[in-house]
Amino acid sequence: MAVVKLIGAWPSAYCYRVIWALKLKGIPYEYIEEDLSNKSHLLLQYNPIHKKVPVLLHDGKPICESTVILRYIDEIWPQNPLLPADPYERAVALFWIKFADDKVFLLSKLYQTDGEEQQAAVKEWLEMLEVMEEHALIGGKKFFGGDEINMVDMAFSFVAHWLGILEDVVGLEIFEPHKFPRVSSWIQNFKSIPIIKENLPDVDKMYAFSKHGREMMLASKSN
Amino acid sequence: MAEEVVLLDFWPSPFGMRSRIALAEKGIKYEYKEEDLRNKSALLLQMNPVHKKIPVLIHNGKPVCESLIQVQYIDEVWHDKAPLLPSDPYQKATARFWADYVDKKIYDLGSRVWKTKGEEQATAKKEFIESLKLIEKEIGDKPYFGGESLGYVDVAFIPFYSWFYAYEKCGNFSIEAECPKLIAWAKRCMQKESVAKSLPDQQKVYDFILQMKKHFGIE
Repeated sequence: MAVVKLIGAWPSAYCYRVIWALKLKGIPYEYIEEDLSNKSHLLLQYNPIHKKVPVLLHDGKPICESTVILRYIDEIWPQNPLLPADPYERAVALFWIKFADDKVFLLSKLYQTDGEEQQAAVKEWLEMLEVMEEHALIGGKKFFGGDEINMVDMAFSFVAHWLGILEDVVGLEIFEPHKFPRVSSWIQNFKSIPIIKENLPDVDKMYAFSKHGREMMLASKSN
Repeated sequence: MAEEVVLLDFWPSPFGMRSRIALAEKGIKYEYKEEDLRNKSALLLQMNPVHKKIPVLIHNGKPVCESLIQVQYIDEVWHDKAPLLPSDPYQKATARFWADYVDKKIYDLGSRVWKTKGEEQATAKKEFIESLKLIEKEIGDKPYFGGESLGYVDVAFIPFYSWFYAYEKCGNFSIEAECPKLIAWAKRCMQKESVAKSLPDQQKVYDFILQMKKHFGIE
């Protein structure tokens, strides 16, 4: 039987997408935790181009970049599909996945900056949330995937879990539920799915990790 | 039912070129609409309200945005001719990885080459060449990234060849000297009608870049 391994890092929003996809499809896998501050020979061997996680190993063959990995998983194991079957609906889903992918950097931008740079990050966050509210979540669906979650929901997970933690770290409220009712509804629905709920980084651990990262950054700035 | 295909585009856009090539490879008749990006049409704003960018592919009135998504869509809908993505899932994943690499690296690094000068430009050039060399290795002994015929990565990357002359003049370097295999691949692609018809003349692109530099006040 084919062996599936996942090289990941516990704080990484991208890695959880792969975990959720594998669990949703009932695929057994071995998880290998990577210390990103001290990258392993294994990671450098299997992702020499970007040297990043997640990396999926299927029968020893590496696949890199979370969206590429998810599409691969979806093609090899078609049960509980992660993308619509209709080509047009799929193109729309891929549009939103790319949109989300291009915004995940806003997490780092928020907690690794201060002053004007941070204010600019806050502005970008609000713009992103507005797009989600006004364009992505129209149609009264429970999830981006309809009645069930799909790859688009997974792509926006950083808004559902990581944003809240970072707001506490930097002491700013960016997401006001009453201003983004559709997004708020979606977050509640998304986080109540058992596979999601049971596979998220611990809030306190994530808070401590991000707070430490921020303190290091601020300290190095003042030096 | 008659298929109605419209492409909202801007002639120097390497992203627009990707869709032009894909449509040509499949022999699809479409209406090309040139956009003035300083004065975007109501149609563009309606069809891509989130980004307001070209290219936008409009198929029977429904918009598909983002060039690589358009290429994949075209490949899926008109699947009986000139397949661009391989059928094997692992090879498909590899093709998607490299197209993503082109998107992440080539446009931004290339832009830095013509937009900057001095030390910043020297760094940009170095990183740009490094990226090109990495992609060049992927071709191996094959005529195309896609193997024996033009594939997804070829379509994703070849448009940038129309910008090479501009990069070289602005950066004062020769891409061929650094990546001869890559240029051989590019010239091979240019022999295909679908590619030759879809890429603008390199001098014209360079003139456009010079105008942009003036506009942005870059020496």
